[in-house]
Amino acid sequence: MKSNRLANCGNWVLDRLPLANLWNDHMAHYYAPKNFNFWYFFGSLALLVLVNQFLTGILLTMNYKPDAKLAFDSVEYIMREVNWGWLVRYMHSTGASAFFVVVYLHMFRGLLYGSFKHPRELIWIFGMLIFVALMAEAFMGYLLPWGQMSYWGAQVIISLFSAIPVIGDDLSLWIRGDYVVSDATLNRFFAFHVIAIPLALVMLVVLHIMALHEVGSNNPDGVNIKKVKDEHGIPLDGIPFHPYYTVKDIVGVAVFLFFFATVIFYLPEMGGYFLEHANFIPADPLKTPEHIAPLWYFTPFYAILRAIPDKFAGVIGMGGAIVVLFLLPWLDRSPIRSIRYRGGLYKKALLLFVISFIGLGYLGTQPATPTATTFARVFTAIYFGFFLLMPLYTRWEKSKPLPTRVTDQPTLEDRIPVWIATFKEMTVSQPIKTKNGTVILPRRPDLTGIINVTIRLAKKLKASMD
Amino acid sequence: MKNLLPTLLFLLLPLNVYAAGDVELQSADIDLTDRQSLERGAEHYVTYCLGCHAIKYIRYLRISRDFDIPETEVLNKIAPIGAGIYDKMESAMNAHDAKKWFGTEPPDLSLVARSRGADWIYTYLKSFYTEAKAPMGANNTVFPDVGMPNMLWQLQGEQTPVFKMVDKKQIIDHLSNDGQGKLSEKEFDQFVNDLVNFLVYTSEPAQLERESMGKYVLFFILMFLAIAYLLKKEYWKDVH
Amino acid sequence: MSNEGVDKSKRQFLTSALTVVGTVGAGYLAVPFLAQMQPSTKAMAAGAPVTVDISKMEPGQLLRVEWRGKPVWVLNRTPTVLETLAKLDSQLSDPYSNESLQPTSSKNPARSIKPEIFVAIGLCTHLGCSPTFRPEIAPHDLGEKWQGGFFCPCHGSWFDLAGRVYQGVPAPTNLEIPPYRYVTETQIIIGDETVETQA
Repeated sequence: MKSNRLANCGNWVLDRLPLANLWNDHMAHYYAPKNFNFWYFFGSLALLVLVNQFLTGILLTMNYKPDAKLAFDSVEYIMREVNWGWLVRYMHSTGASAFFVVVYLHMFRGLLYGSFKHPRELIWIFGMLIFVALMAEAFMGYLLPWGQMSYWGAQVIISLFSAIPVIGDDLSLWIRGDYVVSDATLNRFFAFHVIAIPLALVMLVVLHIMALHEVGSNNPDGVNIKKVKDEHGIPLDGIPFHPYYTVKDIVGVAVFLFFFATVIFYLPEMGGYFLEHANFIPADPLKTPEHIAPLWYFTPFYAILRAIPDKFAGVIGMGGAIVVLFLLPWLDRSPIRSIRYRGGLYKKALLLFVISFIGLGYLGTQPATPTATTFARVFTAIYFGFFLLMPLYTRWEKSKPLPTRVTDQPTLEDRIPVWIATFKEMTVSQPIKTKNGTVILPRRPDLTGIINVTIRLAKKLKASMD
Repeated sequence: MKNLLPTLLFLLLPLNVYAAGDVELQSADIDLTDRQSLERGAEHYVTYCLGCHAIKYIRYLRISRDFDIPETEVLNKIAPIGAGIYDKMESAMNAHDAKKWFGTEPPDLSLVARSRGADWIYTYLKSFYTEAKAPMGANNTVFPDVGMPNMLWQLQGEQTPVFKMVDKKQIIDHLSNDGQGKLSEKEFDQFVNDLVNFLVYTSEPAQLERESMGKYVLFFILMFLAIAYLLKKEYWKDVH
Repeated sequence: MSNEGVDKSKRQFLTSALTVVGTVGAGYLAVPFLAQMQPSTKAMAAGAPVTVDISKMEPGQLLRVEWRGKPVWVLNRTPTVLETLAKLDSQLSDPYSNESLQPTSSKNPARSIKPEIFVAIGLCTHLGCSPTFRPEIAPHDLGEKWQGGFFCPCHGSWFDLAGRVYQGVPAPTNLEIPPYRYVTETQIIIGDETVETQA
């Protein structure tokens, strides 16, 4: 029998390789809390985007030429003459931005539910290292198309290193391998982008997941599910990752792919956020574009750099903005993990932090006018305040009683009737007939309804902030 | 907590990288499904622009396929004499000479179309005016001190600036046309529009294919999503 | 957690359905990924038909032209050569080119449209080296039997001046003849016969 032989063959391998153990430890017998919500999709999505970047990246390397004279043309060659080159390139460029969208949301989840706290500090550290590696990867990858923004962006960022006292100038020279950003720089960035950093990323991802599976996943309630176990030693609130979270994550993947494909096929430049307009002009070392902005995922840090009126201090501020994130597990003194049971202080601080982070991100894309700089300074202060004052305000905050088991929360589906009701409250039925008799938009906005809903929402927000 | 959700919203804010100085841009009517306009634009491009501005990686073969016109017609009507169907849209001028004559290599206009946008090129092509002291005899309100002569003056007619005084400085209020052009104003607008339409096509030849393909991909993903959702629901019946 | 009352067949069905749709999706994605590695338009342009002017060719002269990056030989054969070719049949492994690749217009004893002008792809059918042109008769390194032809330096295959392979050498078939046609008496086009190259 053929299948028998196949099974024998499989057993031969399994006798020599701990595949079954790996599968059980990380999938079938890995018990994850059953109350994961929307925020828990982004880990698996980050992995998906990583795979996407690897596959499309390998294909792009086949036609890309890391040479200052050829690089720009080779990208246009990929876009115009290579079969499906445009698709592969857009998947890669959109994937880069998608990576940061997913990773920022993944990190925010950590802030919400205290996933960085004891005993998961190391997971957070590995995650932050992944974030830093990702920024290096994105920055170096952005030089490769050798457009105006590639060139001048690299010029500006490498010059940051020259702000370091004593060794700065030599260091930036060493990074460039030339007195200006040049062919040598392009070549080494290519080497880092396609080999060195991807390898480091893969290793860090493995460490991140290994560390996670050693201590177990956190959850939106922040309670330790291992405290309550059944007679077999299985957490009562835990479910095997496979099949329950594999099928759930596939749904997340499908939703993500829907948005991802929409961008690739209809908005590949995303209005200049994912592919900057000026980068379609070949690099010209003699002419700086009128307005340089890094890609959107760097703009919060770029805005901090610009907000500080001293070159060295600015660089320190920018680096510090990332370093404080590493220290987060030790800055937060609250014994409570999840925001659901934390005091109002942390909630308010987190809200301010999010506003300032988005604000900085927006300001980083805009020219630095005096008003913008003032705003950027305020936001920078809030950004650092959130972290540096954390040891104080997290000690003062009054937390709520922690449940022993995870709680049931309404799922997205449960909320749909409420959303429909809210929509109906905010609109009035007022069908409009067009000339040929078809009815468009039967519901029109209703002012009193909108006001009522807004007031209710504001009250709810205020209540949730306590 | 859900009030903190709109983290993504800031992606939707407009990013205005290119403001064209003080000049208000006129809007070009871009329709890449209008094959006739594209074909006319290609003809105009070869006649008036290709002398200096090459387009990289666009071959006459691709024009024939994308515009759905026979290869012989492309070679007879669009391509310059002597060009083969596999040839790229290369200009006859070499880069060294170009740098000597114009101070810079004439850019690939398909890239300019991508970086500056259709409206900019449309307005630019219509905004040349005669200026005796300029090296090329012409200047442009959209691109001051442009290093290029006005290729289309015979069609458009000669334009001269009408000045006004603002804050004791003389600035151009508008351009007046002497009406001697071979084309009427409306014909000329159509001419430039065809040209810009063609350039928008060359800026990303894949865009026709891309947009027509997208809906199938999205539909397929929705189908996948529906089944995945049902499967998830089925399995999660176990979880209480 | 409970597994009671589970509709196993529904799960099985949905799992299979999702697997099928997922596999089809992956298949669709694989198409552009694999097609991306196919020759691009640039490579196809390099494979465009080549025009060769044969008006200035001396009898016995060999022209080498590049078509699709491969060497293509154009050889002007003398009447003596053509007479010799007719006598070689017994030493060849495929004298009538039944096993070999050529357009029907060249499937004849001289393997060409016009007997004197011979066109062939100059790559050995063994492992793709380019044979050397050895028109001389019985040179001392190739021995008495050599009647003029092409000798492959890599693995020692012998071809006559019609590109036909000798018996007992590694090459399995005669040299490949590319599609070509006469535009005028003195001009031939090598490559796709349907494409016009001139306006």
